[in-house]
Amino acid sequence: MPSSLIERPVDGPSATPPAVTTTRRADRNFAGLARGSGIAVLIIMAAIGAFLLWKALPALQANTAPFLTTSQWFPDDPAPRFGIAALAFGTLLSSLIALAVAVPIGVGVALYTAHYASRRIAPVLGYIVDLLAAVPSIIFGLWGLQVLMPNSKGLWRWLDQHLGFVPLLRNDLDSYTRSVALAGTVLAIMVLPTVSAISREVFMQVPKGHLEAALALGATRWEAMRTAVFPFSRPGVVSAAMLGLGRALGETIAVALILSATFAINWQLTEPGGNTFAANIALKWNEAGSVGLGALIASGLVLYIITFAVNMAARVVVERRREFSGAN
Amino acid sequence: MAKRIDVLHLNVYYGAFLAVEGVNLAIEPKAVTAFIGPSGCGKSTVLRTLNRMHEVTPGARIEGKVLLDSQDIYAPEVDPVNVRSTIGMVFQKPNPFPTMSIYGNVVAGIRLKRRTRKSELDDVVEASLRGANLWEEVKDRLDRPGSVLSGGQQQRLCIARAIAIEPQVLLMDEPCSALDPISTLAIEELIYELKQQYTIVIVTHNMQQAARVSDTTAFFNIAGTGKPGRLIEMDETKTIFSQPAEKATEDYISGRFG
Amino acid sequence: MATLTPTGSQVHDLLAQRRLPWWNTAAVAAISVAIAGLFALTTPISGTAGTAVTALLTFMVVQTAVSTAVEGRRYAVDRLATTLLVGALVAALIPLVSILLTVLLRGLHALDPSFLTSTMRNVSPRKPGGGIVHALIGTIEQVAIAAAIGIPLGILAAIYLVEFGNRSRLARTVSFFVDVMTGIPSIVAGLFVYTALVLTVGLERSGFVGGVALSILMIPVVVRSTEEMLRLVPRDLREASYALSVPKYLTVLRVVLPAASTGIITGSMLAVARVTGETAPLLLTTFLTQSINANPFSGPQASLPTFVWDQIGSGTTASVDRAWAGALTLIVLVMILNIGARGIARLSRVK
Repeated sequence: MPSSLIERPVDGPSATPPAVTTTRRADRNFAGLARGSGIAVLIIMAAIGAFLLWKALPALQANTAPFLTTSQWFPDDPAPRFGIAALAFGTLLSSLIALAVAVPIGVGVALYTAHYASRRIAPVLGYIVDLLAAVPSIIFGLWGLQVLMPNSKGLWRWLDQHLGFVPLLRNDLDSYTRSVALAGTVLAIMVLPTVSAISREVFMQVPKGHLEAALALGATRWEAMRTAVFPFSRPGVVSAAMLGLGRALGETIAVALILSATFAINWQLTEPGGNTFAANIALKWNEAGSVGLGALIASGLVLYIITFAVNMAARVVVERRREFSGAN
Repeated sequence: MAKRIDVLHLNVYYGAFLAVEGVNLAIEPKAVTAFIGPSGCGKSTVLRTLNRMHEVTPGARIEGKVLLDSQDIYAPEVDPVNVRSTIGMVFQKPNPFPTMSIYGNVVAGIRLKRRTRKSELDDVVEASLRGANLWEEVKDRLDRPGSVLSGGQQQRLCIARAIAIEPQVLLMDEPCSALDPISTLAIEELIYELKQQYTIVIVTHNMQQAARVSDTTAFFNIAGTGKPGRLIEMDETKTIFSQPAEKATEDYISGRFG
Repeated sequence: MATLTPTGSQVHDLLAQRRLPWWNTAAVAAISVAIAGLFALTTPISGTAGTAVTALLTFMVVQTAVSTAVEGRRYAVDRLATTLLVGALVAALIPLVSILLTVLLRGLHALDPSFLTSTMRNVSPRKPGGGIVHALIGTIEQVAIAAAIGIPLGILAAIYLVEFGNRSRLARTVSFFVDVMTGIPSIVAGLFVYTALVLTVGLERSGFVGGVALSILMIPVVVRSTEEMLRLVPRDLREASYALSVPKYLTVLRVVLPAASTGIITGSMLAVARVTGETAPLLLTTFLTQSINANPFSGPQASLPTFVWDQIGSGTTASVDRAWAGALTLIVLVMILNIGARGIARLSRVK
């Protein structure tokens, strides 16, 4: 931002002593190095797509079943049959469950921290949420497997017995472990700090003047939130939810520990089963043959494209907000 | 509908820090009262205690009484929400809600209180914008965001928003300090018109402005950093600017301050 | 009900508002818990979680009803909103506290002095014993490799964005993709490095390949935090340096970077903390081993996260105990990095 306004020193066509020439060369080299590092980011992003596509192509060509709609995974058969339908289903559903739980709670925590908590408590809450965002996913997975799974059976059973008329909640197997619902719940806990931390930043950016304007009109605290805070923060909160979605879609280890990696599309979410792109790669990696590896790489490419799109969309939403709030 | 305000033995604290000490003053209805004084003298702080807006700042509290037509606005059964919808406020920096249209900004306060028919809202919008001398400039673009207006227009929009809820008193916290001279003039003319209906209290650091718009002037001063602000004297504006009783007032208005 | 008594009597008055007394919240809470208790005894809705949910719902219904009757709709909505926000906070804290407590308790239970000094070589999954020293060595080497690649690259890219980019189209594109890169799933980073270095270049799976995968996850974090810090360095400082005819690269290296150094260190430490706990890319790239392999360039290498994964996978009591102890070690490591990074940031802010 300010650098554009700064004149480059020691630049001039007039007689340049040798020392200055060396300096200029060093200057140019350094600028080139920095620029190259910036470009490296673009190269990496492009290379990820290119390499995954390149190494997935042979497997995709060998595949005898439609890749997008098949819900089987037999890539190392003599006639390879594999497809991502079940993976896409499990990934989307577990991520949507995660968002449905994490967004209201995370946004609530963020709003409480930003505008309700006392000045002494608010930074502590913020600090805790930030630290929790750093807890490694393997620990969430271990906890989900060892603590949440045995302790949540009652909840799933209760949902089945009392709300079983909703197809999503019905359970015909009388087994309440390793389900998509459980994986979604663990994902919710994992993305909650992300959603909450970003939303909190957004809520705190609301100019004090707008909040005071609402209060001075005789708004209650909640009405001030609705009048001054929410309209201003909406794009940022949408973007926080999308970044949370991105994290849930790509989460590997916690899901891999919980799900038992079956290839079926099952709408009864509390029954065991289900699978996701990322978990499937981790679980099948070491047993995969050469076509198997290619198949997993192909599914990874799909995951890359999906998360890429989600993150891009989140970024675009924020960008639009910047332009908008710049008007005032 | 204008009411008077009496401030009795007012002390304002931020946490343990005494920011303003021992203020007694009377604000007459249908007149303009100006608060003047150097930065940090507590004039804005006192203004914000008149509609309990200081409570937005964590740790702020007061001692003493503020009476609106003899009712204490700090009495236990009084709710700050009601105080603020009775005593409106305009801020230093124009702060229309950026995501709302001009129309939406004007009716923002009414929508909080009750459901109102569209035709009734339309009438309020026109009356308030006319009251704020803004109607002619915006009547063809009521659905545009408030942020498309100039600074001076935005401030008049904020005044329209404040008077749309029919307050008894209008508090203005340096309403022109962020505006250019022409917009300032427009606001000053508006203040002159508004006092036919409202009790107005205006904080200003501009002594000419106080002299131009106000009927009564209160001069606040501070003895030094860390000391509380005090009301030095309050009198008719004419008197304050021609023959003040206190030496400090004279020094300040004649520019010999500090 | 006692809570219905208004505190003010001048309802006709302009300013007065009938409010519930301060003890109303406690009273409604007590009533709600009582009702929930009754439910637990007489209906199938029981158990700690069920009773808590019933109590919360009852609280919201009773509070809203009482508040609407006494204070009116606006105040009832305000109270309901506050209840929901506090409820969200509690709902968020319960699992998070549970996670930290479980890791601490079960980890300490399984942790013994030899755990930090021995390997898993010749330790049967069914038997207790063994340790993580091989995994610690692996994690330190892999993260060091990742840091050696990711931190300089990230800092240089940030320097480009702030000092040389001039908001050009290239700079804006880089900036955009840095944000998108933040969201790359870690397993995709692992897949990419595997396809590039193992399948294409022909390296074997090793700690080095894992470190490269981790570096991809570090870069965006380093770029973002460094960029933010560089933008905070005042322009005067640069101009003062140019005024002394110091060339630009020296100005950046000797003036701008030192001025932003604590922030850059903080950002780098947070990036290191982020990748220290990463499991997925390492599963694909380093493989597993039960013994010490101090050479990151050859052969499988263990790491803390993959150690925990492996021990969970074995599924015996002894191995799950080891998994918890490994999880505790891992979380302590990550938290030290995090808290240290934030501490450094705070120290510099005080100045």
